[in-house]
Amino acid sequence: MQQVNKKPKSLTEARMHYCPGCGHGIAHRLVAECIDELGVQGRAVGVAPVGCSVFADDYFNCDMIQGPHGRGPAIATGIKRCRPQCVVFSYQGDGDLASIGMAETIHSAARSENITLVFINNSIYGMTGGQMAPTTLLGQKSTTSPKGRDAAVNGYPIRVCELLSQLEGARYLERTSVHSAAHVIKTKKALKKAFQCQLDNKGFSMVEVLSMCPTNLGITPKECVKFIAEKMLPQYPLGVYKDLDAKKG
Amino acid sequence: MGEKLLMKGNEALAEGAVRAGCRFFAGYPITPQNEVPEYMSWRLSEAGGTFIQAESEVAAINMLYGAAATGTRTMTSSSSPGISLKQEGVSYCAGADLPIFFANVVRGGPGLGNISGSQGDYFQSTRGGGHGDYRVFVMAPNSVEEMGNFPLKCYETAEKYRVPAMILADGILGQMMEPIEFKFEAIDPKQLKAPDWALGVNEGRPKRIVRSYDLREGALEHLTLSRAKRYKEIEDKEALCEEKMTEDADLILVAYGTASRVCQAALKMARESGLKVGLARPITLWPFPKKKLSELSARAKSLLVVEMSLGQMIEDVKLAVECRLSVHLHARCSGAVLTGEEVFQAVQGLLKKSKKGEALCSR
Amino acid sequence: MHQGVRISGFGGQGIISSGILLAYSGMLDGKHVSFFPSYGAEMRGGTANCSVVISSEDVTSPIVSEPDTVIVMNEPSLAKFEPLLKPGGLLIINSSLVNTKPKRTDIRTVCVPCNKIAEELGSAKIANMAALGAFAAQTQALSIEAIAKALPKVFKRAKPEILELNVKALKRGAEIN
Repeated sequence: MQQVNKKPKSLTEARMHYCPGCGHGIAHRLVAECIDELGVQGRAVGVAPVGCSVFADDYFNCDMIQGPHGRGPAIATGIKRCRPQCVVFSYQGDGDLASIGMAETIHSAARSENITLVFINNSIYGMTGGQMAPTTLLGQKSTTSPKGRDAAVNGYPIRVCELLSQLEGARYLERTSVHSAAHVIKTKKALKKAFQCQLDNKGFSMVEVLSMCPTNLGITPKECVKFIAEKMLPQYPLGVYKDLDAKKG
Repeated sequence: MGEKLLMKGNEALAEGAVRAGCRFFAGYPITPQNEVPEYMSWRLSEAGGTFIQAESEVAAINMLYGAAATGTRTMTSSSSPGISLKQEGVSYCAGADLPIFFANVVRGGPGLGNISGSQGDYFQSTRGGGHGDYRVFVMAPNSVEEMGNFPLKCYETAEKYRVPAMILADGILGQMMEPIEFKFEAIDPKQLKAPDWALGVNEGRPKRIVRSYDLREGALEHLTLSRAKRYKEIEDKEALCEEKMTEDADLILVAYGTASRVCQAALKMARESGLKVGLARPITLWPFPKKKLSELSARAKSLLVVEMSLGQMIEDVKLAVECRLSVHLHARCSGAVLTGEEVFQAVQGLLKKSKKGEALCSR
Repeated sequence: MHQGVRISGFGGQGIISSGILLAYSGMLDGKHVSFFPSYGAEMRGGTANCSVVISSEDVTSPIVSEPDTVIVMNEPSLAKFEPLLKPGGLLIINSSLVNTKPKRTDIRTVCVPCNKIAEELGSAKIANMAALGAFAAQTQALSIEAIAKALPKVFKRAKPEILELNVKALKRGAEIN
């Protein structure tokens, strides 16, 4: 029998704990494939966050560090400055990157740290049990906005790519999604571009990946795909928000 | 080495760290420690290291967490309110067994407090400071010379036992100038052996993970207990205490840092007026020199703890002497200036009372 | 020998650099020294003061709470620091700017027209040197030569002719009785 596909080298044999229908597994695989294909596994260092992907330190097959909630970009900064030959990425969720770690996100972009952020936006807190995230949509129910997010009480969702695109230091920014096969392929391309940006010493890169969390949205995986397509995409338009090369060209 | 320089405490601290091999500093401005990041900003680029003015103290300590994970000698510094913010990262470093080095140039508190020298952060420093069961190796210099020479000891101890290490100074030590001689040859960090846990280029070896969590049943306790063994070893081997004129002393002053300098003035006045007074100065605050204090308590009749805080170190002193003699407190706090004259008066008061045969009541 | 000194005046009168210079001179002279400035918010009001200790023994507290000598460069400093002086201590007053007479009778007062001397020498900036000259001569804690030797170490960017002028001011201050 011919093997047509296999697990990327940059993922370990550890069995992932993610729920059925969750997008983290897909995103992990895409990141690992990029590391493999760019040939940088031997010098990749990843930062695992606090949140559902906390165990990413076990899943990625390269040196890993797990740090405090939201501080991934600061930790990645410390590693990259001391080991510039390493390819350093920080894998973060929406609560981690856009709420408690917003300062670290913005300032690492402003300093144009030569690191890559992988930002998983699934519009909800996962590990803690479905609380409202900075990216929760207006009207969306969560365990801390049981009647739906109300702008008057909870404010508005944050569009991170748009926000960071204002900073000179941000060199590659793209928003993608993993809710369909076509989008998965596009996400991989974006991730590769982001890592390439780092390899070319161009500075800060981030890919925001819209992702599924059926468990905490309280819907089926199939409904979750629909939720992204119909509810999240209008709020979070996909596309490249910053590309240094495109500007030049 | 050799040359005598007149330096500010904060600058000596920074220079001492660089000479001890520090190549990464991240910090955030706060008085009275601003000279440390200012000095590092040019000195580290000269030494081929990295200086980052972070967006916050929280970011700074987490940059250290990442930098230290690569096996680099790191430093951050701040003053009281900023050190409170850094406790998140210190706890993570303790939990991940990372040997970081940081300094607290203490100011008056609580809250925003003031910018004068104070010792109000003793509890925070000696009890870990952040969440969880852990300790930090704490050194308390009392001169500019020690500000410059202690960082090396902090790095060595931190790396040997894989614990965070800190210098607990204060605004006075940070701002004063004194002659200093660096008592060690500058260290080239490239000559240091790379630790076998450091992250970086991982070609051809198993992956390494730096983390402070373990959710498997019983695993975290196991990890913490193995760390506790190292804490015990530190307590047995690394406690430091300086004594002055304790041999024949009836009353021994116990003070650290700036307060110990002030006590030296009081000691001089006391001896000149024929009073048998001595001074014990803990140089490490954790581990606290319990054994030394216990020894002294067998000789002296009473102890007077002098602090620029409401009575924090006195608790460790009392634990060390186990009620064998009376322990008194002379405390100034929140940045008030402690003087030799007032300590001398307190000494006179105590000795007068004991002469009259009055029981010396504690506190 | 032990001299605990407080120097006080307006920001810009060279109070802090005077203190550093004294400490540096003492160090070059083989003495134990310390220098402690007022800092931060305390300085924002435009006043500055510092403590200097020069001693043949180890320096104990770097904050001089009962000075042997007080150098007062402006009017408000007199009221603040005269009361701290040890009985028998020395009060050096910049008589060019301070008109009030000291209240205490248990101290020794020396009036130095610092600004006048500085202006006569051609630079208003060196008024503090006249006061330091008087300090050296009156206390014998340091020689003028020791201070002159420390000058280029503390004022690294000063031109030789400026340093020369500083030494002249030191000497003029030292001549005052």
